[in-house]
Amino acid sequence: MAVDRVPDIAAGRLSSEDYAANFGDLHPRLQDHPALVEADRCYFCFDAPCVAACPTGIDIPLFIREILTGNAKGAAATILSANILGGMCARVCPTETLCEAACVREAAEGKPVRIGELQRYATDALMSAGTHPFARRAPTGRRVAVVGGGPAGLACAHRLAMHGHDVVIFDARPKIGGLNEYGIAAYKTVDDFAQAEVDFVLAIGGISVEPGKALGRDFTLAELRQDFDAVFLALGLAAVNALGIGDDMPGVTDAVGYIAELRQAKDLSTLPVGRRVVVVGGGMTAIDIASQSKRLGAEDVTIVYRRGADRMGASEYERELAQTDGVKIKLNAKPKRLIASAGKLTAVEFEYTREEAGKLAGTGETFTLDADMVFKAIGQAFLADSLDGAVAGIELSGGRIKVDEERRTTMAGVWAGGDCIAGGKDLTVVAVEDGKVAAESINRALMGA
Amino acid sequence: MADLSSEFIGIRTPNPFWLASAPPTDKEYNVVRAFKAGWGGVVWKTLGEDPPVVNVAGPRYGAVHAGDRRLIGLNNIELITDRELQVNLEEIKRVKRDWPDRGLLVSLMVPCEEKNWTAILKAVEETEADGVELNFGCPHGMSERGMGSAVGQVPEYIEMVVRWCKAATRMPVVVKLTPNITDIRYPARAAKKGGADAVSLINTINSITNVDLDTFSPVPTIDGKGSHGGYCGPAVKPIALSMVSEIARDEETAGIPISGIGGVTTWRDAAEFLALGASNVQVCTAVMTYGFKIVAEMVSGLARYLDERQMKVTDFVGRAVPNVVDWQFLNLNYVTKARINQDLCIQCGRCHIVCEDASHQAITATKNGQRYFVVVDAECVGCNLCVNVCPVENCITMERLTSGVDPHTGAPATGYLNWTRHPNNPVRASEPAE
Repeated sequence: MAVDRVPDIAAGRLSSEDYAANFGDLHPRLQDHPALVEADRCYFCFDAPCVAACPTGIDIPLFIREILTGNAKGAAATILSANILGGMCARVCPTETLCEAACVREAAEGKPVRIGELQRYATDALMSAGTHPFARRAPTGRRVAVVGGGPAGLACAHRLAMHGHDVVIFDARPKIGGLNEYGIAAYKTVDDFAQAEVDFVLAIGGISVEPGKALGRDFTLAELRQDFDAVFLALGLAAVNALGIGDDMPGVTDAVGYIAELRQAKDLSTLPVGRRVVVVGGGMTAIDIASQSKRLGAEDVTIVYRRGADRMGASEYERELAQTDGVKIKLNAKPKRLIASAGKLTAVEFEYTREEAGKLAGTGETFTLDADMVFKAIGQAFLADSLDGAVAGIELSGGRIKVDEERRTTMAGVWAGGDCIAGGKDLTVVAVEDGKVAAESINRALMGA
Repeated sequence: MADLSSEFIGIRTPNPFWLASAPPTDKEYNVVRAFKAGWGGVVWKTLGEDPPVVNVAGPRYGAVHAGDRRLIGLNNIELITDRELQVNLEEIKRVKRDWPDRGLLVSLMVPCEEKNWTAILKAVEETEADGVELNFGCPHGMSERGMGSAVGQVPEYIEMVVRWCKAATRMPVVVKLTPNITDIRYPARAAKKGGADAVSLINTINSITNVDLDTFSPVPTIDGKGSHGGYCGPAVKPIALSMVSEIARDEETAGIPISGIGGVTTWRDAAEFLALGASNVQVCTAVMTYGFKIVAEMVSGLARYLDERQMKVTDFVGRAVPNVVDWQFLNLNYVTKARINQDLCIQCGRCHIVCEDASHQAITATKNGQRYFVVVDAECVGCNLCVNVCPVENCITMERLTSGVDPHTGAPATGYLNWTRHPNNPVRASEPAE
């Protein structure tokens, strides 16, 4: 019986070589030859569907054509002019559901042009050269506060700096970068790329950073509005949804927090992981924690999702990636009960579910999975607390900040973007677009254009 | 399998696929490998007088690549054989003895004096080769010394040298023509007048393939400098086909045997040359790109084509020649419109943008706000550009209107009307011309 098991959570399950191999680059940069072969496949479509599918509207056919003619750095400039975090997006975008899904070669042959990898080929070429492709306009004397140094905040700050404004980025964490630094799966962004990209963004000039400063703790929105000409809120999602069946039990772990620890770990062998791991959830975080648990040496890792595969937030490509790592995915079941031995988790009981008229219902049939650790990956929530007294002036919608097309909040002089806004897609590339759009709107507001 | 055997100026070969005078036919070793691979005949790389020429020791070739580095054009600054005459003659004799069923012509280039030609012809006769091909085509290097295309560009010289050669030898004489002239019919006529048994064309085209943008040197680059080379390969095929057809349909040269050369890579290319009047084809660049084995595809493809039509090679030589006409005889009442197969369309939109930017604004981009590409007959001039840029085979086709008027011009879409009788022609014939 499961209850007789002794919980097995241990660090250092693998050799150092295995850790290195498991957390190496998932897709190393394309070499010149394969990049040219791949670039040559692009049809240079009219009003290309891939561009329409890119939340930041990168001119994909143009940058691929630039690669093809030996102008990888020009290609990078094309990419970065639409998406200053084009380097990270090349690594983490679910291209299989965005640009590559729209590629006409997907329709023609079932094999889209590998746009993401070509984007990395180009952006790496430029960023490794240590140059910055954009210049600031003449200083305007205007100052903008950006709260949150994740993708939305960085994109907004960079665009504002280009327009000649001075920007201060505040971030509650010790490093800026947001989920790029603390959230993305380690094997998608190796060699400290997130910080290298932060440095690249800041190289435009005119941006100062204030890490370790949290809104609502170290300063208030009212103060920012007083001290700055505009404020951009890119607060992310600070809260984690709970299972509601005994989240406090040892062995029950928040996936987002664990990934942050993993990303910051100097030595992965110090990270304890269960021998048997159960992940509850169906999004990218679930996939990321499952794959990384397996790569840390967990023997059995099972993702359990309460609905069918078609409803999972994780793309088919991501699911296959996890399955290739040896992760099992079990569908249509929800956690019912945590089973403990001596106060420590040993198993989880699940109940099968079915959808009835769009509503999820338990079938009554159950099964039990041995588990030394269970990771909660059932979504994050916006913590409005940080908005303190100002919250009254900032309307929320569905628990997140309400914005208009230009990412203006309902409070004058305050814009918002990224995961903290209503309708946010929890995607890096969408956050970048939010930042870009907000920056243009702020610029128009400040310059009276 | 169909009988591919071929006859050219009395030389019978198992198939019409020959190798052109070039590096692949430079010596016994290569030619034997070619015959083992199945080639029907070879034209031995051009012989000259001793002492042998000297080639550059740097790069000899420049290239033009299509996508994925597919080589579509090659240029060279290599000269004629740089081996001693006697060595070549001995090898030729041995190869002809060992491979009696294959064709073997010997390409020649010597200074423009009768005694020089007479002397080398006597030497070649000793080899029992099937005939000679006079190299009046090479545009680089040798032309600076009054040979190659320097002869081929002057019809009178062609006629003169051919007369000398015909008088000096019992062997058939083929004249290889240079395309680096204004009108290919003049050198062809001169060759015929001189008594040539056949012409072969095209030789290579004057070219610089590219310029190194770091050193500002033409490619291929020899110590910072470059010289124009001879261009060949798939990119020159259209030029060659046209020149072959001009000779085939010219009243003065009609009927002269033609060996077609220029970008032949597949059985289809070869068949096209034959249809335009060539008795056989000569191949070089395709072998320089892929090796001798490609002849297997050519044999298989041509055999299947002939089998399916119950034809022999000779049945379709020249079949396309009557259909090559002057522009003025094209039917201006033949009206076509592009049709886009929506099931095959992959939505790339290239048909739209080329029609929009470079043609007649006849293809839509959207319908009800959705991406949708369809031809507007009232704007379509039937130009075919969309067909040519579409990445999907047969997705866009041209459909002939069979009744009424062309919605673009309002002119009739049936019957026959050519320029000679068109009302817009100020010098139209008063009597109907056909």
